[in-house]
Amino acid sequence: MVKTLNYRVILFAFALIFGIVFSIPSLTQSESGKKITLGLDLQGGLHMLLGIKSEVAIESRIKSMAATVKYLFDDEEIIFDDLRMNEDGTITFELLDADDVTKAIALLKKEIEGTVLSQKSLNFSLEMTEEEQIRTKQNAIGQAVDTIRNRLNEFGLAEPTVAKQGTDKILVEVPGIKNRADIERLKKLIERAAHLQLMAVDEDRIARVNTMSANEAKSFGDVILTDVKTPEKYLVRAIPVLDGSMLTDAKVGFDENNQPVINFALNGQGAKIFGDFTGKYVGKRMAVVLDNMVYSAPNINERIGGGHVQISGNFTFGEAQDLAIALRSGALLAPVIIESERFIGPSLGADSIKASSLALALGFLLVVIFMVIYYGMAGVIANVALIGNLFLILAIMSLVGATLTLPGMAGIVLTVGMAVDANVIINERIRELLHQGKSIGKSIEDGYNNAFTAIFDANVTTLIAAIVLVVYGTGAIKGFAITMGIGIAASMLTAIVGTHGIYQWILPKIDKKKLNFWFGIKQEETK
Amino acid sequence: MEVFKYKKPLSLMAKSKRFGLLSIVVLLLSVGLILTKGFNLGVDFAGGTLIQVKYAGEAPIEKIRDALNTDKTYKGASVTFFGSQEEVVIRTKMSSGVLGEDVGAKVSVLLKDTGTLEIRRVDMIGAKVGSELRTKGFDAMLIAIIGILLYVSFRFEWRFAVASVLALIHDITIAMGMIVLFSVEVNLDILAALLTILGYSLNDTIIVFDRIREGIRTIKNPDLSAIIDESVTRTLSRTTLTSLTTFFVVLTLFIFGGEIIHGFAFTLLVGIVVGTYSSIFVASPILMWLGFSVSGFREKEAIKLKRDKEKEKMRAMYENGTM
Repeated sequence: MVKTLNYRVILFAFALIFGIVFSIPSLTQSESGKKITLGLDLQGGLHMLLGIKSEVAIESRIKSMAATVKYLFDDEEIIFDDLRMNEDGTITFELLDADDVTKAIALLKKEIEGTVLSQKSLNFSLEMTEEEQIRTKQNAIGQAVDTIRNRLNEFGLAEPTVAKQGTDKILVEVPGIKNRADIERLKKLIERAAHLQLMAVDEDRIARVNTMSANEAKSFGDVILTDVKTPEKYLVRAIPVLDGSMLTDAKVGFDENNQPVINFALNGQGAKIFGDFTGKYVGKRMAVVLDNMVYSAPNINERIGGGHVQISGNFTFGEAQDLAIALRSGALLAPVIIESERFIGPSLGADSIKASSLALALGFLLVVIFMVIYYGMAGVIANVALIGNLFLILAIMSLVGATLTLPGMAGIVLTVGMAVDANVIINERIRELLHQGKSIGKSIEDGYNNAFTAIFDANVTTLIAAIVLVVYGTGAIKGFAITMGIGIAASMLTAIVGTHGIYQWILPKIDKKKLNFWFGIKQEETK
Repeated sequence: MEVFKYKKPLSLMAKSKRFGLLSIVVLLLSVGLILTKGFNLGVDFAGGTLIQVKYAGEAPIEKIRDALNTDKTYKGASVTFFGSQEEVVIRTKMSSGVLGEDVGAKVSVLLKDTGTLEIRRVDMIGAKVGSELRTKGFDAMLIAIIGILLYVSFRFEWRFAVASVLALIHDITIAMGMIVLFSVEVNLDILAALLTILGYSLNDTIIVFDRIREGIRTIKNPDLSAIIDESVTRTLSRTTLTSLTTFFVVLTLFIFGGEIIHGFAFTLLVGIVVGTYSSIFVASPILMWLGFSVSGFREKEAIKLKRDKEKEKMRAMYENGTM
């Protein structure tokens, strides 16, 4: 008895329906449903790989520790002297009153984590532990990812991607960005450390600032900074009064001259420190320092409570706005550097889609026509499998949310060429058996059996290459390997199982007198 | 339609020395080219910056060069047409120290008097990233080859694995030679193309080897060269047809796919031709030169079969015993 409908053809029918249903959202680009996202090289956009100077995160951590020490001791009225940060990453200070020692040690242990405190009579040295350094570095990367993501979200562009790549890189992808001015602004926003510090001006020594060397300043516990717009130099205390970590909000406002300024608010602790400091420093100046540039150094006329501070610095409105975004989303613990950048203009992406679609259509047509001419109906069956294969690739890519890149398109084009390979092998085997005078049913069954190991082994080896590419490849290459891998896997189902099922299904209809029509071989040549 | 009708086996093995010589000569020429002329490494691997600019009309190359020469960072940058007369590509070997500035913006400022233009692409790769990509690419190639070697050893026999990998190295080396010869810019996509050739050429070789494996079991004559001739002839039709369909598809990609995909498609075209040649004329003779013995293989198979039968017998006995 001849079985007509069989599990193979049913499986293939399911695969085909599955393929068509799930590739519809991608093909029509409908709003709903999972669909393939176009890679940056096809839709245009900016791709950047950022590196991070994590050693800076350690430095600033030490700096903020020093600031905390100073604040704690001042607050608890512990008398100390010679508090400084050293080249080797230690913070040293001297207590002047031996009665304070126990209290000071207990205070530091409680308030500053991840450090080792060593003591030599009244001289103390505070050092970060190894684990704390590693943690700080990792923290810097994670924080940079979050901060940059926040900044980009506020920038108002569609669906930016910010992700950690490897151990020390950050991947930033911004689709749809078009003009260079936007890109420039975006890059400034990303790279901006936005490290805000309020620092006391060293009024006792600032008169000599122009003749002072950096080392000399250091010996006084000072640092020389320059003004953001003018070459004017400032001598300020190296340990800041407070920094941007105590900031809660930053907004653009206007001063009395209608110039854009940034108003920011401090949290409770920050407001208290700021109030105490301004109370003590009346008549002296305080520098508002952003990324090691002095933006303004106003004179303190009276104690400022409430924790509201203003930065002015001859900004344009746009600059002020971006700066406010950067301040709001927080400082980068460590500066980032753009290690690589790829920009694809939208028109180039559109051109690439057009060109590769044309190549895909033409290549597909060529293969389809060739198969029909060479193999007759057997070629038509192979083509059905090929179409099923294309739908399956699209459906699987849509479902896993894969990204279609230009090399990915090339991968599909290539799969079209290779997917018919299985059917070529099978058809050749069937023809061989028919030439030997076997019956059609026997030829088909044995043809599939004989061809299977070859197709399987060949596909597995190609798959090995594809998997290696997925694991080791980056970006676009990965896209290529993924489409090729999916294509190979899908072709096993469509080209082997699917066509086999179709043959079994239509076997009763195959006329053994019309071998030329069915398999493209001449009747009289078979025995 | 039937083009390749099997009538009698072609006597390929008898001519294998000639093909071997041809392969060795082309191989040596390729290695020579790679060593003397060297790869034209693109920004992906060498680091640097590539800027693609499209003009409203024909791109004024001389004016562009002059405009770039006014800035010391861009002085001596290479400017070449890209695909058409309207588009140019500017390449500089800028170090990552200069990466701080926005290259696209800078270039559009420098070029603003040369005509109506649009910056369509900027690829900027720091030297560090470039060298990382290079080692990663090399690793990928190595791991793929090792994986394939293991799989083929497992499915066939070690000589088959060695022969297929040698054929593979043959194909990749010649493809690389052609890349060097035609000064194709080597970027990540070329690496992907080379890895695809790896998979593709192997695919071809495996199909032939599968037939040889089958021939060893079914053909009475224990002469390996006769078996190889028979198997290669039997698969000739498939090898040529598949190569042709793939070749034409890639050719459409080469012609219509646009300039960006040109190098990729070119590398694949070379790979398909060389891969087809090697699977017919190179891989199988290597098998013979490695001293593959049909009777030895059959003996091993027989022992394996016997062991399997014994196992089955034992199992049957065991099952009978427990029943």
